[in-house]
Amino acid sequence: MGDELLIKNGHVIDPANKINRKCDVLIADEKFVEVGHVKKPVANVIDATGKLVVPGLIDIHVHFREPGDEEEETIASGSAAAVAGGFTSVVCMPNTTPPIEDETDVEYVHRKARKARKTHVYTMGAITKGREGIELAEMGFMAQAGAVGFTDDGNGVQDVSVMLRALKYAQMFNVVIAQHCQDDKLAGKGVMNAGYYSTILGLPGLDPLAEEAMLWRDIQLVKKIKAGTVRYHAQHISTAGSVELIRAAKKQGLPVTCEATPHHLLLTEKCCAEYDTNYKVNPPLRTQKDIEALKEAIADGLVDALVTDHAPHLQSEKELEFLAAPFGLIGMECALPLYIKALIEPGILDWPGLIRLMTEKPAKIIGVDKGTMTKGRQADVTIIDPNAEYKIDVSAFRSKSKNCPYNGWSVKGRVETTIVGGEIRFSHE
Amino acid sequence: MAEKGKTREFKWQRKHLLGLRELTAEEITYLLDTAQGFEEISARAVKKAPPLRGKLVVNLFFEDSTRTRNSFALAANRLSADVVEFTKKDSSVSKGETLLDTARNLEAMGIDIVVIRHNAGGAPTLLSKYINACVVNAGDGFCEHPTQGLLDVFTIRKRKGSLKGLKIAIVGDISHSRVARSDMWAMTKLGAEVTFVGPPTLIPPKVDQLPVKVSYSLDDVIEKVDVINMLRIQFERLGGNPFPSVREYSHYFGLTVERMKRAKPDILVMHPGPINRGLEIESEVADGKNSVILQQVTNGVTVRMATLFLVNQAAAGKPAEIQNG
Repeated sequence: MGDELLIKNGHVIDPANKINRKCDVLIADEKFVEVGHVKKPVANVIDATGKLVVPGLIDIHVHFREPGDEEEETIASGSAAAVAGGFTSVVCMPNTTPPIEDETDVEYVHRKARKARKTHVYTMGAITKGREGIELAEMGFMAQAGAVGFTDDGNGVQDVSVMLRALKYAQMFNVVIAQHCQDDKLAGKGVMNAGYYSTILGLPGLDPLAEEAMLWRDIQLVKKIKAGTVRYHAQHISTAGSVELIRAAKKQGLPVTCEATPHHLLLTEKCCAEYDTNYKVNPPLRTQKDIEALKEAIADGLVDALVTDHAPHLQSEKELEFLAAPFGLIGMECALPLYIKALIEPGILDWPGLIRLMTEKPAKIIGVDKGTMTKGRQADVTIIDPNAEYKIDVSAFRSKSKNCPYNGWSVKGRVETTIVGGEIRFSHE
Repeated sequence: MAEKGKTREFKWQRKHLLGLRELTAEEITYLLDTAQGFEEISARAVKKAPPLRGKLVVNLFFEDSTRTRNSFALAANRLSADVVEFTKKDSSVSKGETLLDTARNLEAMGIDIVVIRHNAGGAPTLLSKYINACVVNAGDGFCEHPTQGLLDVFTIRKRKGSLKGLKIAIVGDISHSRVARSDMWAMTKLGAEVTFVGPPTLIPPKVDQLPVKVSYSLDDVIEKVDVINMLRIQFERLGGNPFPSVREYSHYFGLTVERMKRAKPDILVMHPGPINRGLEIESEVADGKNSVILQQVTNGVTVRMATLFLVNQAAAGKPAEIQNG
């Protein structure tokens, strides 16, 4: 046996293998060897007494800004932030400059990630060339190079015929088509949720209907080509109406999945009342009613992945007028405690339920052999102290950007150690 | 409202005037009373008083404006302040110098008050967080135009004595109107009942949560109101095609001589200007006996004098008191 590592006395949660008890995890040669009571002596031991030991967390929606906006984030800085947040795998969105739209772009991301040597970095490719929504990008070559799905994220594919073609074509490669649901005509120049606050703040609103209309449309397309191997994933759903559409689609057994973010579970449009651009995000922060609907959806098992939509921006960009500042906020380094606050503390999910939506289920969406501690799988592990209480300190983040609205929040639950491929890549000091 | 029997212990505390939404009825009334005290200065042969002598006011205008900019300049001049005009058309969004950099540069020149007009809602709020000078909002996007709201209620108060119980219609493109919003806050806080009138395509979201009524029919409203404020159709702000034609809009929402026949005889006709004659209002009505449109302009200077005076006093840490005569 090569290098061995034993994680002792932790409470192991591995939802895929129905493990939820105190035991040990033995890792050797970068792989899981045993989950149980390990008797044999091992040189490298992590004492996880009082800690949770879970499969490495997976975030299938991040923006690492490379290539093009390395001042905001790089694959290296984003990877460091990822492991600090407990994420052993992330999926980059292709809306870089230029976008990820052919196999060399995909390989570029992988090369940078290997060099960073922190977390596993996957990428989605663009659905259309230049993310312009007109012509399909080379999905086949990108999938061969390792792209784990396709999206024009940041944009929705507006032309229904292009979207239909994309869904049909992607079946050849059994990859997921992910959509940022937003009808641009309905969205107009909106910068926050269309509602009471947009009205009194005098800001153009993003109508919930802009999200729901495209989601409804896409579900009709999926229904039409149901017979094949089509897979559709609705990214960062934010409205009660979207929840109802997903509920109906799943009831019909359609191959539709969806994801949620911490900010759509914890923050409302009211946060924008002081024009703080750290709350400017797309889809926008909605209302308490939408939060309740999303939480209910999670409780009912309708949401398949919990993500961050980590979207770094420079302070100088965020110091602009609310109208002019870019959309997005960062969250990888505080996602776990935020999900604990949003979902575990109010009793919406138990720990295995939460971990499942941050490991096994997102891995399935992107079709990778991860998110479990099954013997022989690559050993990605996150060790969590569920009782640590502290305040979020954005200034300590590894991310190059600091556009995070949670600074100073009191939270519970901390990532102690992040192990990627059997190697400790992050430890909380 | 001020408690009955309580005499003027009130002190103006705000060094910025960002909007009327955050003002109390007492604050609005205090500002109007202050303005009333200043009216006399404008009536003098030598139209000047010294309270802002040695102070520097910057008119920082990112949008076209003649009336409001001149009105502020005049107000500052009458209080003996120095005024610098700083017009930066079309420079607001993400190209060139940012708003904050512009503001920091101005501050380095030693300004005391910035009067800002900007196409982005919240721009004055942003400015107020980063600079030490007083910030006065002269119109931000379609959020607020507080001195317009103040001059409107000042004008109404002068003519009607009080706003309490008055029925007021605000007619036109409510969605994109900062005047409608500032008017709504000021008028309702002072006890008036406001109705927004316009086509559904120009009524903003969740208007049911605002302290107003809504009507899609000017004909239903015209007979009932004591004051009618006709908003200018701002073609530069209208997105898409919210009504089929100017002709059809005028037919349903124009204040015509015909419609005026059904109005109360003492109705006040207001307009924030500039007027599109024959579009939202017929010339005969705009220039008629019920029109107070030009008084609004006169009162604008007075109200802006009071605004500059009060924010400056608050910044100086001195309690602002009305200096009468």
